[in-house]
Amino acid sequence: MRIGVLAVQGDVSEHLSIVEKTLKEMKIKGNAVPVKKDLDVDVLIIPGGESTTISKIMKKTGLFDEIKKLDIPVMGTCAGCVLMDRKHLGLMNMGVKRNAFGRQKESFEADIKIKWFRKDYHGVFIRAPIITHVYGECRTLARFENRIVMAQEDNKIALSFHPELTNDTRIHRYFLSLIKNRRDHTNCTKFRTIF
Amino acid sequence: MVELKKLRFGSELIKRGFAKMQKGGVIMDVVDAKQARIAENAGAVAVMALERVPADIRKEGGVARMADPLKVKEIMRSVSIPVMAKCRIGHFAEAQVLESLGVDMVDESEVLTPADPFRHVDKKKFRVPFVCGARNLGEALRRIHEGAAMIRTKGEAGTGNVVEAVRHQRTMVSEIENLKKMNEKKLKKIAREYMVPVSLVKEVKKMQRLPVVNFAAGGIATPADASLMMQLGSDGVFVGSGIFKSSNPEKRAKAIVDAVAHFNDPKIIGKVSSGLGEAMKGLEIEKLDKKLQERGV
Repeated sequence: MRIGVLAVQGDVSEHLSIVEKTLKEMKIKGNAVPVKKDLDVDVLIIPGGESTTISKIMKKTGLFDEIKKLDIPVMGTCAGCVLMDRKHLGLMNMGVKRNAFGRQKESFEADIKIKWFRKDYHGVFIRAPIITHVYGECRTLARFENRIVMAQEDNKIALSFHPELTNDTRIHRYFLSLIKNRRDHTNCTKFRTIF
Repeated sequence: MVELKKLRFGSELIKRGFAKMQKGGVIMDVVDAKQARIAENAGAVAVMALERVPADIRKEGGVARMADPLKVKEIMRSVSIPVMAKCRIGHFAEAQVLESLGVDMVDESEVLTPADPFRHVDKKKFRVPFVCGARNLGEALRRIHEGAAMIRTKGEAGTGNVVEAVRHQRTMVSEIENLKKMNEKKLKKIAREYMVPVSLVKEVKKMQRLPVVNFAAGGIATPADASLMMQLGSDGVFVGSGIFKSSNPEKRAKAIVDAVAHFNDPKIIGKVSSGLGEAMKGLEIEKLDKKLQERGV
């Protein structure tokens, strides 16, 4: 199992290390690999960073058009969430607004309720975007002060905060449970109950 | 619904987290809205709003202070990426002004004339994150202990000469490496020498890196300079005078962004370095009257 983290710009190493931790916890054999150009991975994570920078570099290297066509599970956090919307990679039926809470001094930490999760999740919001609306098959998973901060469409997840900056692996576990055709797929349903 | 008591602003996690989002990126010095837009279009992760670039500060002399708030606001309005601004070392009132303007990060910078001969700004009191310069591990840890969320080298600003940034980065790496061999007694001794808690030194020993993001700054003028610093372990790059003091800022800005993104691919560095036009002239360190890096240890 190869868990790719898009390594163009942003907090790539934070995702790589929480993925390693999650794999160990879920007892999945696999590696976290930084993705620069080779998209030979089973799932892809688009990290936090500056969405304008990441999208410019991806367009130059051709990665942008390749990711557009992906049907593997993809998760985007913060900048990654911006990039997954219909105006960029178009991976999910949603609109996203950048820096929706304001500048850095309005960045915050807060506990949020996530669908399927038994306990609150500690969200770290840094110059965070919000998901303005979802449509089609896209579903809301979490809100903060009535604004959508996490959504899912089939095997794609977008969130406006940073699970990679915490030690809580539940979101990464949830994401990895979306991998289909996994030999230990039966375990997934089991994991679903323990988020 | 969220309980308000659980809502937190300006925590260490939020400040350090902001700096982490800049990793693998280029932060560019700009003096007006037009330059800021060029930087954003080139793919900069943030801009540093200034009244004069370091090369001009060096040339013109006099006391260098925080930029005019009007200028900072103009730049903030012109781009959607984060905007940083510099305050003088120890000048917490300038830092307060910058925070109230809403800048995303404050650079307590030796490039401006220091305001306090004894102390740096007590950065833990602020909601806005700070970046500070450091020539070695001791300086870096003192700044982190004061609350800096990001460290950068103190390469000689405005010279277009990368040698000092390299010196600082190499010093930092080898001093961190040296911690490996130290026992409890030696760690305590070095913590006393650095004037920081021993727990901070132990954290660095364990992580084998600084606990905050570490950028290269000062004297970076070419894509190859940027690649060099990244290969030496920098998390990203600040470019000051190097871009807008060159003959083709737009092209050079893009080239340096590409060089940082693909820092270990010499073919790409070669490609983006081709036909860039004149780089900034540059100065030799030995011939400088004053070294900015010696300010604020």
